[in-house]
Amino acid sequence: MLTKRIIPCLDVTGGRVVKGIKYRNLQDAGDPVELAAFYNEQGADEIVFYDITASSDGRETMRDVVERTADQVFIPLTVGGGLRTVDDMRRMLEAGADKVSINTAAVLDPDLITHGAERFGSQCIVLSMDAKRIPDEHPLRWEIFTHTGAGGGKATGRDALEWAVQAVELGAGEIVVNSIDADGTQTGYDVELLRTISEAVTVPVVASGGAGTMEDLYQAVIRGKADAVLAASIFHYGTYSIREVKDYLASRGIPVRL
Amino acid sequence: MAMAPVPDIQKDGATSVVTIIDYGAGNLRSVVNAIARLGYQSKITNQADDVLAAQALILPGVGAAGDTMANLKQRQLTKPIIQYIWDGRPFLGICIGLQMLLTGTEEGGWHDCLNVIPGKVKRLPDGQKIPHMGWNQVKQVLPHPVFNGIPDETNFYFVHSYYAEIDDESSVIGITDYGTNFCSAIAQGNLVATQFHPERSGEHGLRIYDNFLKLALKEELGRKTGEVI
Repeated sequence: MLTKRIIPCLDVTGGRVVKGIKYRNLQDAGDPVELAAFYNEQGADEIVFYDITASSDGRETMRDVVERTADQVFIPLTVGGGLRTVDDMRRMLEAGADKVSINTAAVLDPDLITHGAERFGSQCIVLSMDAKRIPDEHPLRWEIFTHTGAGGGKATGRDALEWAVQAVELGAGEIVVNSIDADGTQTGYDVELLRTISEAVTVPVVASGGAGTMEDLYQAVIRGKADAVLAASIFHYGTYSIREVKDYLASRGIPVRL
Repeated sequence: MAMAPVPDIQKDGATSVVTIIDYGAGNLRSVVNAIARLGYQSKITNQADDVLAAQALILPGVGAAGDTMANLKQRQLTKPIIQYIWDGRPFLGICIGLQMLLTGTEEGGWHDCLNVIPGKVKRLPDGQKIPHMGWNQVKQVLPHPVFNGIPDETNFYFVHSYYAEIDDESSVIGITDYGTNFCSAIAQGNLVATQFHPERSGEHGLRIYDNFLKLALKEELGRKTGEVI
């Protein structure tokens, strides 16, 4: 049976991890390569690097981080943040990334999904979306925001469900669903949003934004029907280790790789 | 007093170079890294002569099967690969590199493949998420040295939407359940192929490469000295 993936996400700028505490077995918690290797040893199923600089200098640094990580970490690696062209994607894939994640650039130019998928295969192209609940809508609806890195982001008027379905038609092989309402709150993923997207698309859906407890990860899978859960703070701040999370999920009947 | 690691095989006086076929699509870096970690050198090539001269040949794969076949044909690599395999020499196919071995694939309309293993490549059944992406168990239905040191039902990393339906089940050594029990590992003589990505499957994945390369280079050494293995 296919296991549910547990994915730590590392925000990187200038070649350094932004969040992160000092672990006992880790000399430098700010080094993305060392942190990726550490999570790999803990049993992470994939690693996501998210480039929050997204300047061209930053991307060169990111390429170097990806290369050094791919030399020693033999699990899948996804890179996102600031990738705007097929050439940007190619450079990350050549550096050793298995998948590239695009967000704002895909909203501005949906053909980027298709061009990436035609060139590298759908399995390489991850659409990441930032969605916010539209108040007082029944049934529930969510709106896509872009440029969420800075100052709350820009509303697009685009419906999250419609965008997810369209992105898959265009060639996205996986969708990361990030809830703007839940992100950073540590009060749980938006499971209604997750379920709405997951039931509507044929590709795997990754839950993102809001994880605070192991129960939250469980609910993302059970109620949200997510195929994978991505989390940052709970791992970086040492609230739980990946192994603890996996043991917990396994004890509640969720298939995980132990 | 650190010294550069010396690959084991050098002790036998042979050059242990693993030949990896580059057909212009797949990302080869992760395969090269995995092999380097095990202490072997790789040679990346798109030349027929290199394929025919290989001691151990790897056909990696990412992307669409039809494109892969077209790329191999364009580089005039299909005949050398088929000859190499028919000569019974050590070959490892990964993902699309497994699917390429079959008679043909249904991906993107029917495309003929290398036809060294009779069977066809079909789309995974509907009713679950496609691509099949993530870690899933490989049930070792037949013992094989490529599984040495790897427990039965170990999780390996998969990314694919199509699977191989093999006519002769005696060459199927591993199966995986995803809507159907599909063939996830094949072995036939010195040929081994996996639907999963050992280079992305952590320590157990590296073990697959290590097992294959140990077998492959031993076989080659034996062949050169006229021994029968």
